Amino acid sequence: MDIPYTVEPRPDTGLYNAKVGIWLFLASEVMLFGALFSSYILLRVGAPEDYWPHGWLNVPIGTANTLVLITSSITTVMAWAACKMNQFGRFKFFHACTILLAMTFVCIKSYEYHDKFTHYEIILKDGKIADGHIVSNDPKSDRVVISGRYVEDRAELYDLTKHKGPHKHEEISIPRDQIKKMQNYGPWHNTYLAIYFTLTGLHALHVIGGAVVIGFLWTTGNKMWKTDRERFTNRIEISGLFWHFVDLVWIFLFPVLYLI
Amino acid sequence: MQAATQTFPHAHAHDTHHEEAGFWSTYVFSSDHKVIGIQYGVTALFFLLFGFCLMMVMRWQIAHPGMPVPVVGPLLTAIFGGTVAAKGIVSPDLYNMFGAMHGTIMVFMAIVPLAFAAFGNYVVPLMIGAPDMAFPRVNMASYQAYVVGGLIMFVSFFIPSGPAQAGWTSYSPLATSIAGDGQTFWVIGMVFLITSSLLGAVNFIATIIQLRAPGMTWMRLPFFVWAQFVTAFLLLLAFPPLEAAAIMQLMDKVAHTSFFLPTGLAVGGQLANVSGGGSPLLWQHLFWFLAHPEVYVLILPAMGIVAEIIANNTRKPIWGYRSLVYSVLILGFLSFIVWAHHMYLTGMGIRIATFFQTTTIIISIPSVVILTCMFISLWGGSIRFNTPMLFVMAFLPMFGIGGLTGLPLGFAYSDLHLHDTYYVIAHFHYIVAPGTIFALFAGIYYWFPKITGRKMNEFWGQVHFWPSLIFMNLIFQPMFAQGMAGMLRRMADGGVNYSEAHTPGVIGGLSPQIMHMHTYILWAAVGLAIAQIPFIINFFWSINKGERVKSDNPWEATTLEWQTPTPPPHGNFATPPHVYRGPYEYSVPGKAKDYTPQNEPEEADRAIPKAAGLARAQT
Repeated sequence: MDIPYTVEPRPDTGLYNAKVGIWLFLASEVMLFGALFSSYILLRVGAPEDYWPHGWLNVPIGTANTLVLITSSITTVMAWAACKMNQFGRFKFFHACTILLAMTFVCIKSYEYHDKFTHYEIILKDGKIADGHIVSNDPKSDRVVISGRYVEDRAELYDLTKHKGPHKHEEISIPRDQIKKMQNYGPWHNTYLAIYFTLTGLHALHVIGGAVVIGFLWTTGNKMWKTDRERFTNRIEISGLFWHFVDLVWIFLFPVLYLI
Repeated sequence: MQAATQTFPHAHAHDTHHEEAGFWSTYVFSSDHKVIGIQYGVTALFFLLFGFCLMMVMRWQIAHPGMPVPVVGPLLTAIFGGTVAAKGIVSPDLYNMFGAMHGTIMVFMAIVPLAFAAFGNYVVPLMIGAPDMAFPRVNMASYQAYVVGGLIMFVSFFIPSGPAQAGWTSYSPLATSIAGDGQTFWVIGMVFLITSSLLGAVNFIATIIQLRAPGMTWMRLPFFVWAQFVTAFLLLLAFPPLEAAAIMQLMDKVAHTSFFLPTGLAVGGQLANVSGGGSPLLWQHLFWFLAHPEVYVLILPAMGIVAEIIANNTRKPIWGYRSLVYSVLILGFLSFIVWAHHMYLTGMGIRIATFFQTTTIIISIPSVVILTCMFISLWGGSIRFNTPMLFVMAFLPMFGIGGLTGLPLGFAYSDLHLHDTYYVIAHFHYIVAPGTIFALFAGIYYWFPKITGRKMNEFWGQVHFWPSLIFMNLIFQPMFAQGMAGMLRRMADGGVNYSEAHTPGVIGGLSPQIMHMHTYILWAAVGLAIAQIPFIINFFWSINKGERVKSDNPWEATTLEWQTPTPPPHGNFATPPHVYRGPYEYSVPGKAKDYTPQNEPEEADRAIPKAAGLARAQT
């Protein structure tokens, strides 16, 4: 006996097996990201007033990345439609776009990560705080140079949306023996960055995972196009459903982390 | 062995066109649901024994704090070193490690894989008349993820800092603050175990929805399949929040974030070097959002096994099949909204406590309905008291005790006194140990003939059963008294510092009678360990030497798993089965025999009973 309904839909459910499987898997993914979004809400309402960051992320870059992912969703649908219409060449083209867009997304995301990891908050022994991107931090040198500004109160660093216009950024050179604490904007910096890195990191892993699957179907996996066309088309549909979910998560992540 | 035990000629016909597979692809990297079920079962039984051994060391330490552990003491010193296990004495640190790992192993690596994955994998596809699971390779990946997770947990015993020691609940900030890598191993191991459950759950639900044989409508599913179906949904939807929590705890541990670490956290009298702003309560919410549905994951498959065995051995339909199905569905839903009854002592508001008390008491209704249906099913049956039935008969009152003693824990007022005491330990162990584990034993004795073609020895089965029942009660019954007397769980010295003997005249100290119970419990645990020896020997001996079954359906059961060749070949059924009736058509008036299999056509009843079998063999 062979396993039934691997390709053709079961009459009473109207679905083939893998489609039931992927929807169930996505349900669990909703719970996974749902738990993280709930954690975000709890951490945010638990934060002291004025100490939840606003405007720490670059909205134009985030918007660009959102557009990249939305476009990749469209190309995914087009690739599936091409399979349905028996146009293998079109399928190859559209999923090539999907993979390139996925890589673009990951590159832009890594640029944003890099920006955070080179951004330092330096607390001096006299209580002043220097904040900015590192210019030189040679362990052999007795000075640290950053491009940024001094603030008197830590709260000034938290809401960057209040001050319209660009900050005055200048090169600041700080003697190493004046530094009390120096920390970059990694996940250890505060709970906002912790949840930012966790959520976007997990999402990026999903993007990479989805791109690997689509990449497999685009290369060696496409042999099935010749042997079992309908099943191959189903695989494109299943991987597409996962891809749409990954996009959808970003549609929630973008406003939550960048805008509000 | 397989060819020798096949009694129907059609089974041979099937096997001839099935190519030979090598050892590795047959037994290790198999995608056959039956092999995976057996793999899960054997691995989980190993972990069950391992978790039990940890408990034996803990019971010794509780009864005789500070005394070297007999027999295994030198081994402990050799593995854990002179700091935590000097001269074979269990230090509080080692006790905490064993306590945390006992809970983790028993819940996530023994009971769930055995009840859900092992029995589910082997039995569910057979019961619904499917050739395999919907996604065989995902199934294999699920087992492999389980093995990897289990190995990570197991290896953590041998790392320099020892395994996790913050309890199976791993509450932060404690879990994050303890130095060493034990907790990191625990969290990474959990991520693998969760992934394994997730893949299994997707597979089960898809299989039950898609691969039911023609005629197998929802209301013709055996209750066991319903129980596994709801269990799979619980795993699917409740486990991801713990996965999220595990990721966050891993971040706290490795990337030094502060998800669960509050501002101003002091560790060892020093202000911890963390950014703060996290919430310890968040961990508890995420943990119990999983862990309460998890207790239903522990019990529902057991209830399913019990229903099958009761119907088979009372020779009458299970009473209230529809009530059972609707109860189990309601139970599944409600189990998602009761989690905070584990957290009454966190200082939650009275309104929230009221909500969770209400849902907690409501969820006892479907549980009671299920148990009542099982009890009523016994009424008027001509009961066959074989070993599986004995274990099932013991399950009913034992689960009853476990369930009813949970009610005082469901009310915030009485929970204030009982929280974190031995009363809680006794309560949930009554549900899981003489409850679920007895049902699992029953399932092993019941399905063993289908898996191997041989029955387990009946006499040694009874020798296993009666002492196990007695010693289980001797172990857990005194704990109710200890708990009500105020003895806290997780104390490495068994409460010596809170005893009247330690501080004479103190009000509310633990009396000598309460303290002496530790000794009785220790020896009852030793008795329970000895009582498992007949089972272990019987299990391995019967695989090759047990009494051979005379037909494919030795228990004269109605459900589809008994209508296959024995053991079922790859692909299960010789011909695709068609289902004509409900699962429990026992003792139907006017029939020649007292059971009517689900796949027996109606016409066959009027003609010669064998005709159906012959007709199948010819097609």
